Amino acid sequence: MKINPSLNLNKEHTDTSQPWLPIIGNPNCGKTALFNRLTGLHHKIGNYPGITVEKKTGWLKGHDILIKDYPGTYSLNAKSIDEKIVAEMVQSWRDKNNRPNGVIVILDSTNITKNIYLALQILDWQLPTIVVLNMIDEAQKNGIEIDIDGLKQRLNATDIIPTSAKTGYGIKEVINAITKIVTQKQKHKSNNESHLLNIEEISEPLKNLTNFLKERSDKISHIPETDAMRLISEYNYIKYLIKYLDVDEINQLKYIIENTRYNFIERQIPYQTIEQTSRFAYIDLYIANLIKTKHTDDRTISEKIDSILTHKILGPIILIGVLFFIFNAIFSWAQWPMEQIAIGINWISTQIEHIIPDGIIQSMVVDGILGGVGSILVFLPQILLLVFFLSILEDSGYMARMAFMMDRVMHKIGLHGRSVLPLLSGFACAIPAIMSARTIENWRDRLQTILMIPLMSCSARLPVYVILIAAFIPDKTVLGFLSLQALVLMGMYFLGMITAVIISIIIKKIKKRNVEHSLVMELPPYRFPMFSSIGWQVYERGKIFLMNAGTIILAISIVLWFLAFFPQIEESKKLSPREKIEQSYAGKIGHAIQPIIKPLGYDWKIGVGLITSFAAREVIISTLSTLYNLEENEHHRVSLIEAMRNDRDAEGNHVFSMLVALSLMVFFAYAAQCMATFAIIKRETNSWKWPILMLIYMTILAYSASLIVYQGGLLLGFG
Amino acid sequence: MKNESDKEYKLTELMPGDEAIIVDINNNALGKDRLCELGLTNGTALRVIKFAPLGDPMEIKVRGYHLSIRNSMAKEIRVRHRCRHGRRHHEN
Repeated sequence: MKINPSLNLNKEHTDTSQPWLPIIGNPNCGKTALFNRLTGLHHKIGNYPGITVEKKTGWLKGHDILIKDYPGTYSLNAKSIDEKIVAEMVQSWRDKNNRPNGVIVILDSTNITKNIYLALQILDWQLPTIVVLNMIDEAQKNGIEIDIDGLKQRLNATDIIPTSAKTGYGIKEVINAITKIVTQKQKHKSNNESHLLNIEEISEPLKNLTNFLKERSDKISHIPETDAMRLISEYNYIKYLIKYLDVDEINQLKYIIENTRYNFIERQIPYQTIEQTSRFAYIDLYIANLIKTKHTDDRTISEKIDSILTHKILGPIILIGVLFFIFNAIFSWAQWPMEQIAIGINWISTQIEHIIPDGIIQSMVVDGILGGVGSILVFLPQILLLVFFLSILEDSGYMARMAFMMDRVMHKIGLHGRSVLPLLSGFACAIPAIMSARTIENWRDRLQTILMIPLMSCSARLPVYVILIAAFIPDKTVLGFLSLQALVLMGMYFLGMITAVIISIIIKKIKKRNVEHSLVMELPPYRFPMFSSIGWQVYERGKIFLMNAGTIILAISIVLWFLAFFPQIEESKKLSPREKIEQSYAGKIGHAIQPIIKPLGYDWKIGVGLITSFAAREVIISTLSTLYNLEENEHHRVSLIEAMRNDRDAEGNHVFSMLVALSLMVFFAYAAQCMATFAIIKRETNSWKWPILMLIYMTILAYSASLIVYQGGLLLGFG
Repeated sequence: MKNESDKEYKLTELMPGDEAIIVDINNNALGKDRLCELGLTNGTALRVIKFAPLGDPMEIKVRGYHLSIRNSMAKEIRVRHRCRHGRRHHEN
């Protein structure tokens, strides 16, 4: 399966100077919580598949041992990019230099027979392995008894340790086990046995292949039985072996694989799932009897909660209520702190203006740096609020139910049920919305959602719409009761939504591949969210935004300041603000792009506004105010409307008209006029490719749509 | 009774509360390997919990946990009926 060919995941494993251990486990088994316990660094604690998408590394408390947290995965046969990270890391163990000192595999004790599949795959590599039975308290409460000694013997694990990462139970023992492995006080005895049931109808046709691999086991360094099965079922698997065999051997191997597959087809044995069959046969035969479950036929508490929360009628009503509550919170609750941040920044600016004399330095500090810091900080309230609600939804398990209920609608347009909250949040602000897209477990769905979010009309577009509508859309009613101005405003919101749906459907038609992963989703039991976990998630997200996206925003903001401030000429002190910006680079670019934007109905002043508004969409209002020589006071909104209405070009024609206003609104509905969005997409996708792609596709969209509106309007005789 | 329990169904044809045993998953079904990794191997028992409010996906309980499966996948899973609606089978 080709997921992302440019991915090079194993670079970082070449450094062997430090002892290290990876933590590997299914999604939702408390892996991140264990990682936090071991390293003392708090990260995300999830109750929801796919929450760990970032690679996290931390020092084992009080030791020089690196612990690496890996994305949750159900198996080493990767289905998504997150899982591929784990699969490739494990495959790199064929090279001794890449091997960790040991492996920590974490299982959800309430569900060992399902979780242990991945553990068996890992144990086949014969590395010192600590199997952590997490959530042991919950398992005991559910009446599950585990024969730990029996399990240890059966698995040939170095250690099996019951823990509760939530309460801290058993963590000391895990730390001890890790240090014992690293200091080699506890030697691992590999028995070279695979954790697969030897089923004759599978092992018989595989015999040739297994023997071929067995003879080269020194080079391949993995259990031949497992490799043989994967070589048959996974078409790309041979790539992992190529490095370790010579050309003749590879050709021979390819030949044997072909023959073996043919053999399976002839015997009508489904070769695609031979490993799964053999492992679960092993689990059912050797593992299941070590776990005693009190036979309960009662409905679990989660099922009882679900009888309301995913009820046919009540479920959707509650869902809509929850979504609106969160949306309203990030939309209106964030207003007050955002205003306070603006006031604070203003206050500091005034203080600096007193300290630093007029000139380049003052302008750079106040307009460039402080302006930039202000536009970073202003996002924090919304981000913190959304992350707070998101963590509760995730940790409680409700997020999975939301996805369960919304999946049908979202699937129709090629997205996942989990895309609902990020897309809806996009109406408030794209920045927290894009950060929240990480709850979507499949990388492709996540990326698609991220690229759709900026099309949702965010709150920064609202002031632009409002002022243009107030100035140029007649205050009339249509059909007797509908306000034309309100209709236009609504139209702007629908424009983005409908476009997002159309683009999604197009992408769905194009991609088609790699869809199977999103067909199944675990619905974890409801759990009470832990306050400390939520606090840390909010803290961590906020910090990531400030540190990573913040620096990009600051840099762009300084560049934009530079464009608006330079070149400085001798007499620039005498110039009015309007003349200053006109002779600046921004003004010159505005003039230069006039031929390009002329067909959209814009003059150079709007051109300057388009450039400066990359800082934030609403900046176009203050830029235009400056260009119209307006004083900043409480009347400036009204006076800007007047100024725009009265502005005439050299031939005496009105610069603005209803058509120009519509064209400009459409441009703002589509254009990626937001450096913070750009920065956060860079952060979340960890690549410049996607933010640049977003910039290009949205600019083309904006330009063409505005062109159609303006030129079409002219043809129809408006304007 | 015996005849009825031997009859094979698509998983999507079951009702909430029904319990059944997996007979087979269509080999050509996308994502069959993932279902198998999640423990939905032939012979595994499952219970239908419910269908989502809009009818798709469906929720099943298998090996002690809950799984949401889109109907397009679920219809590739053939099951043999073990117990209808509400009446639950007790082995001991």
